[in-house]
Amino acid sequence: MPTQLQPATASYLSVNNIEVIYDHVILVLKGVSLEVPKGRIVALLGANGAGKSTTLKAISNLLGAERGDVTKGSIEFAGTRIDRLTPAELVRRGVIQVMEGRHCFGHLTIEENLLTGAFTRNGTRRQLADKLDKVYTYFPRLKQRRGSQAGYTSGGEQQMCAIGRALMAEPEMILLDEPSMGLAPQIVEEIFEIVRDLNHKEGVSFLLAEQNTMVALRYAHFGYILESGRVVMEGDADTLRNNEDVKEFYLGLSSTGRRSFRDVKHYRRRKRWL
Amino acid sequence: MQFFFEALIGGLLSGVMYSLVALGFVLIYKASGVFNFAQGAMVYFAALTVVGLMGHGMPLPVAIVLAFGAMVLLGLATERFVLRKLVGQPPISLFMATIGLAFFIEGLAPMLWGDAVRPIELGIQDEPIPWLLERFDIVVSRFDLVASGIAAVLVAVLAIFFQKTRIGRALRAVADDHQAALSIGIPLERIWAIVWAVAGFVALVAGLLWGSRNGVQFALTFTALKALPVLVLGGFDSVAGAIVGGLIIGASEKLAEIYLPPLMQAGFGGNFGGIEGWFPYVLALLFLLVRPEGLFGEKHIDRV
Repeated sequence: MPTQLQPATASYLSVNNIEVIYDHVILVLKGVSLEVPKGRIVALLGANGAGKSTTLKAISNLLGAERGDVTKGSIEFAGTRIDRLTPAELVRRGVIQVMEGRHCFGHLTIEENLLTGAFTRNGTRRQLADKLDKVYTYFPRLKQRRGSQAGYTSGGEQQMCAIGRALMAEPEMILLDEPSMGLAPQIVEEIFEIVRDLNHKEGVSFLLAEQNTMVALRYAHFGYILESGRVVMEGDADTLRNNEDVKEFYLGLSSTGRRSFRDVKHYRRRKRWL
Repeated sequence: MQFFFEALIGGLLSGVMYSLVALGFVLIYKASGVFNFAQGAMVYFAALTVVGLMGHGMPLPVAIVLAFGAMVLLGLATERFVLRKLVGQPPISLFMATIGLAFFIEGLAPMLWGDAVRPIELGIQDEPIPWLLERFDIVVSRFDLVASGIAAVLVAVLAIFFQKTRIGRALRAVADDHQAALSIGIPLERIWAIVWAVAGFVALVAGLLWGSRNGVQFALTFTALKALPVLVLGGFDSVAGAIVGGLIIGASEKLAEIYLPPLMQAGFGGNFGGIEGWFPYVLALLFLLVRPEGLFGEKHIDRV
């Protein structure tokens, strides 16, 4: 581990060899381990169905509502085990997930959406208003739309609303699932810029699940690549970005020029990592 | 004209009684997106509990407080043993569960307290208000007036609760998206327990008022059916809708009962009575065609 990541003390997420089974039969994660150092952005990459969302939900404990279960391994945050906590307890401890597909409360206004994010924090009116202001400085667009029902806002605004709502819970770590989904490239950049900003200024750590490998690796410090429920590669974002295999399989770039889609085979078949 | 006003006022006031029952549905629908089939059974259970406790020699206020406690317990048990198992399941599963719950409660209540029809005395006279009778020669029941006053207060409090408080906001959030609410740390269990307790309280008030009017009996469970057209008209998820819907249904069914039969008799011949019984449902049916979300209901938001 590079020295600048020390000290890896207070808020530090580590997932140790977890296995997740849905409905008692479907094995989705087959021993995933990863770490998020304090104050870092870590990307979790991979194709559809690789297990990115499942990993995040295993950490935030939203699996229970989907009949999923962590059957092996452990998850620790800031030195204590968190695998058996309810989502509400986790949010109180500072770990919050922003779900894939935004999931704003459509019938509530943007501002009400943000306010619900502060549910776990008992504060005075004053403190609540201050927090709102802070979120609005990061997302000026939300301030313009504060009175609109979230269901009628654009996809980008909804993504911002979802992240802003999570911020209201004063998190130390945000599990961000597929923030780029269905958004225009320009908006994707805007959102990732804000994520970087939050990371710099507020010291929020991020675990980021993304299919958009290129963008994610530009903003993250570190990356893991998942395939069929296993981590097949990990490394610094720069290393990963320059890795020939990653380029070929996830960025669609190759030293020998473009190849026919038919020739591109599954990564695992060519090279075994585990 | 006097007669018209009398019918109108009588109708509006009885509409408030429908609103009271509808309110219980709205609460649970708002918080869990589920039509609670057991609301009528809860009305029956609440009223019967009060009467049963009074039968054991308790004064009315004590019985009401204890009955409220019982409703809260019932709500907590429902959350613990029914809803918690069904988190994240499609709404139809929850709906079916409430049907089962309705049968359970309908069986439990008479098992605990007996199934005889019993009167309940709230100490409000069901007689015309003398002042209005003398001044305008209009008969308005004091009981109806007090009942609507109680309903009005209840509605105002609930509306503020939903719009302005932290818990109220959380309730609406849960109604929109269980999963997302869970993800930001809103404890579904607690929210549902609260909402079922409040719905239990509303059922208690409705049960007392309906019970003192018609006697506490099994037929109270059918008040739920009266609430249906109210909900269709007002919207399943609007507190204000429940009230306005109730007023419209109450007034229109009374007026229809009085003014339609002569017309229909002139048109088709024969004798027409009991219009009150089916008119609200026809009205609701027509409304479904024109405005399915109801007058105040939240529009289903679909992004294209």
